[in-house]
Amino acid sequence: MTTIQHISTSRRIKDRVVQGLVYLAFALAVVPLVSVLWLVISNGLARFDMEFLTHSMNGIGARDANGGAYHAIIGTLEQVLLASLISVPIGLLTAIYLVEYGNGGRLSRSISFFVDVMTGVPSVVAGLFVFAFWILFLGFQFSGWAGALALAILMMPTVVRSAEEMLRLVPTDLREASYALGVPKWRTIVKVVLPTAFTGIVTGVMLAVARVAGETAPLLMTVFFTNSINNDPFNGPQMGLPLFVFDQAARPNDTAVDRAWTGALTLILIVMLLNLVARLIAWWRSPARGR
Amino acid sequence: MATNVRTRDGGSATSRPASRRSHGEGPFRFLATGAGVVLLAIMAAIAVFLVSEAIPALQANKSSFLTELTWEPNSSREFGIAALAFGTVVSSLLALAIATPVAVGVALFISHYAPRRLAAPLGYLVDLLAAVPSVVYGLWGVTFLVPLLRGPSQWLNANLGWFPLFSGEGIVGGKTMLAGSVVLAIMILPIIAAISREVFLQAPKMNEEAALALGATRWEMIRIAVLPFGRPGVISAAMLGLGRAMGETIAVALIFPATFDITFQILTPHANSIAANIANAFGEANDIGRGALIASGLVLFIITLLVNMAARMIINRRKEYGRTGA
Repeated sequence: MTTIQHISTSRRIKDRVVQGLVYLAFALAVVPLVSVLWLVISNGLARFDMEFLTHSMNGIGARDANGGAYHAIIGTLEQVLLASLISVPIGLLTAIYLVEYGNGGRLSRSISFFVDVMTGVPSVVAGLFVFAFWILFLGFQFSGWAGALALAILMMPTVVRSAEEMLRLVPTDLREASYALGVPKWRTIVKVVLPTAFTGIVTGVMLAVARVAGETAPLLMTVFFTNSINNDPFNGPQMGLPLFVFDQAARPNDTAVDRAWTGALTLILIVMLLNLVARLIAWWRSPARGR
Repeated sequence: MATNVRTRDGGSATSRPASRRSHGEGPFRFLATGAGVVLLAIMAAIAVFLVSEAIPALQANKSSFLTELTWEPNSSREFGIAALAFGTVVSSLLALAIATPVAVGVALFISHYAPRRLAAPLGYLVDLLAAVPSVVYGLWGVTFLVPLLRGPSQWLNANLGWFPLFSGEGIVGGKTMLAGSVVLAIMILPIIAAISREVFLQAPKMNEEAALALGATRWEMIRIAVLPFGRPGVISAAMLGLGRAMGETIAVALIFPATFDITFQILTPHANSIAANIANAFGEANDIGRGALIASGLVLFIITLLVNMAARMIINRRKEYGRTGA
């Protein structure tokens, strides 16, 4: 009479080895995150002071230790805001089209496919496109607005996808109840579907904002570069916080590298804060908390 | 109310509301459709304007754009994509080779190994890697990773120098293709891990339980029931990661030494990529130089487009079995 056999040693060892490798993989993935955050915080705190947050780099010599990123922070906030103003309406309406009007037709399938493909457009290509179209072809100058155009292109697919997902979660019963009361389709969407999906859409938009706020490459060829404060995003070159970090990091002086780290710290704080708030909204609203 | 019947246009048959309620339907539908068409138009416009603004520079080129190694569009007007495209492809493939095994391990950890209560927060931790801006990875790479890789680079060269990738004379480490690829690998890891995780979570529970009931160990269960199911998802995730790595700009612009040659010796200070070159050369480029950079951006756009479309087709085919979170 055989009872249940022991698992042979070799099988057990193999199982253990794989388990070890899987744990190791996770550790390997977390190490760079911890290392990046640690270095950014420890190196960035040195210059994280009021002067950094309230002054620009105007008139700061190569070896000066002072100077700040005020002009870059203002630029980033304006550019990201403008990018959201462009991409959120277009993205949201596209999502509404895909969910409510598309019906799986040829147009909706090709839009859906190209939204996916658009997520893969390199950010530097988006920047080059805006440079080629807005600055070379239409003849405008470098400006914060041009940067916002490039960022909007990068935001759109993310906004569409997240909004689409949220709209699909709205129960059909709600729509049908509204139709049964004689409410036309577009008012059902505006008054019933959108309010129901609202927080989810906000979460998606904030994640999209967090994603583009850290983009440097498209700013290089659209907002260009400046050391002084320019509050007007429609006129003349601006600065962006990621661009500030890139510029300072490439300079040889330690004082500049310090400013780069503090800029990185400010940038990460902004991005992480957006991320955290977005996730909290999502978590707070999710019907089944935690998977 | 027999008269209050909904008509085809979604309005009511009674006279009063019909005029007020449904006259917005047409414009609203038009707006929504229009927004979708705008997205398609943007994709088309990217291709059109990159081509049209690249043509003057390509005509001024005194060398062959596809085979020339050097990049001198401003002065001698000789420039070519060969070395840059080579660097883009090799550094991205290297990043993919480093990132994919780790990402699959991370995905399995979250989906099948981690305690269930911890799985979601730990998964979020990995997602945070994607939230770190590219320029911060660049700064981290230059100041921390590049010095860190000196020792291992010299060791690889001394002990495995017979292997072409690790060969080369006078290796000191530093700003190499390897350093850039490691940073790229870290940056594409979260997307590969996230998609793979979603796919692994969708593996049929019945098969998993059947495998366990037949006495399989956890690894055997994963090998029999999870990995075969997840393979197409992991492949497409890796391809999306490849597309990301190819388009990644600022981090490698800070790390790559911006040389213009073709070598497989990833421990020598010879590395560049299309995207890094655009970031480094744009500021000082004249009209021809900018046109040349736009031409190189067009090449990058086409390569990433092909990679992404292939990845999406694999994912979409899989959707017949169940939706992926991608």
